[in-house]
Amino acid sequence: MASTDAGVTGPTRARIEERTLRQDRWWLSPLATFVVFTAFVVYATVRAFMGRDYYASPYLSPFYSPCLGDCVEGASDFGQPFQAFPLSAALIILVFPLGFRMTCYYYRKAYYRAFWLSPPACGVAEPHSAYSGETRFPLILQNAHRWFWYAAVVVGLILSFDVVLAFRNEDKEWGHMGLGTLLMLVNVILIWLYTLSCHSCRHAVGGRLRHFSKHPVRYRLWTWVSRLNVHHGRYAWYSLFSVALVDLYIYLLAIGAIDDVRFF
Amino acid sequence: MSYDLTLRVWRGDADGGELGDYTVEVSDGEVVLDAIHRLQATQAGDLAVRWNCKAGKCGSCSAEINGRPRLLCMTRLSDFDPSETITVTPMRSFPVIRDLVTDVSFNYEKARELPSFAPGPRDDDGKRRMMQVDVERGQEFRKCIECFLCQNTCHVVRDHEENKPAFAGPRFFLRYAELDMHPLDTHDRRELAQGAAGLGMCNITKCCTEVCPEGIRITDNAIIPMKERVVDRKFDPLVWLGNRIGIRSKDDEGRTEV
Amino acid sequence: MTGNEMSGSETGGMERHTYDVVVVGAGGAGLRAAIAAHEAGSRTAIVCKSLLGKAHTVMAEGGIAAAMGNRWPEDNWEVHFRDTMRGGKMLNNWRMAQLHAQEAPERVQELEDWGALFDRTDDGLISQRDFGGHRYARLAHVGDRTGLEMIRTLQQRAVALGIDVFMECTVTDLMLDTSDGSRISGAFGYWRETGRFVVFEAPSVILATGGIGKSFKVTSNSWEYTGDGHALALRAGASLINMEFVQFHPTGMVWPPSVKGLLVTESVRGDGGILRNSEGKRFMFDYIPEFFRAETADTEEEADRWYDDKANNRRPPELLPRDEVARAINSEIKAGRGSPHGGIFLDIASRRTPEFIRKRLPSMYHQFKELADVDITAEPMEIGPTCHYVMGGVEVDADTELSGVEGLYAVGECSGGMHGSNRLGGNSLSDLLVFGRRAGESAASYAAGLGARPQVADADVTAAATSALAPFEGSASGTENPYTIQQDLQQTMNDLVGIIRTGPELEASLAEIDRLKERARHLLVEGHRQYNPGWHLALDLRSMLLVSECIAKAALERQESRGGHTRDDFPGPDPEWGSRNLVLRLDAGGEGVELAHQPLPAMPDDLKTYFEGS
Repeated sequence: MASTDAGVTGPTRARIEERTLRQDRWWLSPLATFVVFTAFVVYATVRAFMGRDYYASPYLSPFYSPCLGDCVEGASDFGQPFQAFPLSAALIILVFPLGFRMTCYYYRKAYYRAFWLSPPACGVAEPHSAYSGETRFPLILQNAHRWFWYAAVVVGLILSFDVVLAFRNEDKEWGHMGLGTLLMLVNVILIWLYTLSCHSCRHAVGGRLRHFSKHPVRYRLWTWVSRLNVHHGRYAWYSLFSVALVDLYIYLLAIGAIDDVRFF
Repeated sequence: MSYDLTLRVWRGDADGGELGDYTVEVSDGEVVLDAIHRLQATQAGDLAVRWNCKAGKCGSCSAEINGRPRLLCMTRLSDFDPSETITVTPMRSFPVIRDLVTDVSFNYEKARELPSFAPGPRDDDGKRRMMQVDVERGQEFRKCIECFLCQNTCHVVRDHEENKPAFAGPRFFLRYAELDMHPLDTHDRRELAQGAAGLGMCNITKCCTEVCPEGIRITDNAIIPMKERVVDRKFDPLVWLGNRIGIRSKDDEGRTEV
Repeated sequence: MTGNEMSGSETGGMERHTYDVVVVGAGGAGLRAAIAAHEAGSRTAIVCKSLLGKAHTVMAEGGIAAAMGNRWPEDNWEVHFRDTMRGGKMLNNWRMAQLHAQEAPERVQELEDWGALFDRTDDGLISQRDFGGHRYARLAHVGDRTGLEMIRTLQQRAVALGIDVFMECTVTDLMLDTSDGSRISGAFGYWRETGRFVVFEAPSVILATGGIGKSFKVTSNSWEYTGDGHALALRAGASLINMEFVQFHPTGMVWPPSVKGLLVTESVRGDGGILRNSEGKRFMFDYIPEFFRAETADTEEEADRWYDDKANNRRPPELLPRDEVARAINSEIKAGRGSPHGGIFLDIASRRTPEFIRKRLPSMYHQFKELADVDITAEPMEIGPTCHYVMGGVEVDADTELSGVEGLYAVGECSGGMHGSNRLGGNSLSDLLVFGRRAGESAASYAAGLGARPQVADADVTAAATSALAPFEGSASGTENPYTIQQDLQQTMNDLVGIIRTGPELEASLAEIDRLKERARHLLVEGHRQYNPGWHLALDLRSMLLVSECIAKAALERQESRGGHTRDDFPGPDPEWGSRNLVLRLDAGGEGVELAHQPLPAMPDDLKTYFEGS
């Protein structure tokens, strides 16, 4: 992977052969990101296309919520407007959380580094001969992040509703809770932390202002979101794990591999 | 306590050069710049290195230490094992002049391209009023000591010389953000930031933030907010709708596009 | 050439540029002067040894003193004037102190017009903080990085105006036209990057080169502070005054060795920090001089109340002028009550919350954390005096900053008179702004009013080039390393011309400086002219040696103690000396300096009334 003459080995730069002189394990972080993201994508793709085993009353997998296609009985809380959709119901709605994460400022950093090696790490030359950043199609679409954020807020509300519904038992009687409820609750908290710590959210609640002093409430909101925003990357990872874990748990329940642990 | 440190220092100029090995006596509490100075005073009188304050305040002694962009004066020897060889090279994104000194005029050219602050008139008593909460964001950016390590580490120009004309770099996105958030500025520089300054070239991989010796959160607090402000102007459906039906933020009033 | 030029465009021969005003130095004073000259319509160039924006002004931490009255409406220029004169032990040029106090507020507001973001008061005005010697909270500031804010603001203004900047270019000689009297005709210098020479033809040259601190071993000053402006002025025929007064800042870092001397801002004390010796005693109460007794608290309780209620309490003794505090610290250390690394303790950790400290003193927090592994919110700092500022400099006219040589102006630290025998903290940054603007305007108006422009003589250019290359010529016979001579000079000045001086030591220092001058004639510089620090130092050494001689000579002559000049053999001030300046000029041989006494300019009676009863 020799870098081009236009980069650090270019004619005006200090003549140094190595593409980096870093001695630390700079490759570890992009490698770990690559492995984990790949694993998630494979798992999520398989689960999204399966089109079954996503509902184990009262739990609905977040991959399939809201279930708007030809869903199993009890899974659709918002009707089935896309009943004619021939493929898995997950594919109808997954574009929103997927789009939100694909255009997320944190994930962009992570996958540009780990998958596109642009750059693989700071001070390590990238292998590409040309680079235009996010100025052209398709990457200019990254600017649509806030559209996806608007959708992500809706998705967050629906997932919260699912958690409320999960305080029922298998026979839809209220006032019960199982391990599935707990997992969904943790998941939705992490999803909200991720959604609310988003840079677009930070901008929308107050960051766009030039005069905080004239908008004290929005300023307060902005300081809260700013505090969350520092951990945006962490919430991105945690919520990625939690959403997969909740889905896996419900899958295992649905195929009967395990039984739900009921607390009360 | 003192010990012998093995230093590898790049010596050379635009025509070529190489890493040379030196042994320098150093002691506890010293920084890499001390070792370089001792080398200069005892073994290599003509070793070129730029430095001024030796306190991390002027941003002159930028270089790369073991491949990482750092200030020579703020890198303590105690961060390394005494037996470890420390490799010091000039910044690799700028044309080399000699030894550790590079031609950073790229940054000064970019500074010239940026329209300066344009306030409205003062208040009647000849003073200006701004609230602390309104200036704090800008103050973070004005901590910048112009060491240009962010410009150096940014792969957009580090790995692509051809991008230099179209890309201002993190240091100047900081400046765009500072002015765009200034409570008294009357210019709207969003179009310029996106167009002439090449904000869209940035793929927010955050190396500028990683290397900033002042700990300025360049990506999160300046570049991304600037990208969002550009989106406000160009790509946001709700802002567009708000403008159409007459509900618009008054916060931006009084600004003209430059 | 459109500015920010880093290297000459000519491939060979001598590069020449023509301007109306050439400013040497790009710190606060130089930039402000250049802006003023440019705005007055002059073709203006800035020539500086470092990159633009790196000058020593960035090191200023505390603030800019200006009686804006944002916190204390009682404050006005008269109070500021009085504080400045008293801080300088009445040896200041009264007119400069007056202009300074009157014009500083507008100069600060101007920075805001150009984009500076000062800390604010609750009602949105520029916040002002307490500092030693200032009666009211008066220093406009941005955390503890005010100098950075100021230089960046001025730099951005200069760039916006399109002023030409010659970076990393050192001026080694001033050019004079002697056809009709002696007038400035330009300057001669070299590009550090290439070693090529450059001639500036200009009728006005403004020196804004800063101080001389690099002649001392323990100093807060950077390598640039080699007294270039002082030496250039002397060699051009101008005079220096007050060179015996060197300010030792009371609080410099003492450990680790690599940062010994690095400045710890006075704001630490302004914001509540106190000084303690190894016995834990707050010793400053033992060192209140008679001169300041009436306005200084004598109990810890009163001192602590002052921070919140200035009207009914007197100032803590930690906030006495710098010379008093530095001497007190020096005495404590000498008496064996110092800290483990030979300083004393500066404690803010036990007096303010960690949040307050991090907010108000972010650079200090950072500096100690990164360089000394000390958390100043949890433990005291170890500090000791460090050479910080020279009050002396080129003697100039108060209103125009014109030196004794026609066309030569001096401003900022390299000019003298404004601060008398001791400078108050915060008065330096305002000094740069006030007199920078004045110098720029007068230099521009002088250049505009000229009929025929003074000419640069070819012979002078040749001589300057030969002189600049002399360190390479020594390679046959030379044996001396410039770095070693510099170290020996620094040690000499530190040991013999330091904070406490005696006659015999000063005599010894003069003899040593003579020896060093002789050694400097046999320098051996390696390598070639391209970016060669050894060569650069060899040239700077000439200035350092000349200026060091001035300091030692004047210090030996002044047989009293006053402000930044303390003689162990003449403790206490002498009224006789209180009305006299010492003036230095180049001697007939051109290698040394000669000294003369000169009466202080007399203050008009209406200003004298401010000092009655004190």
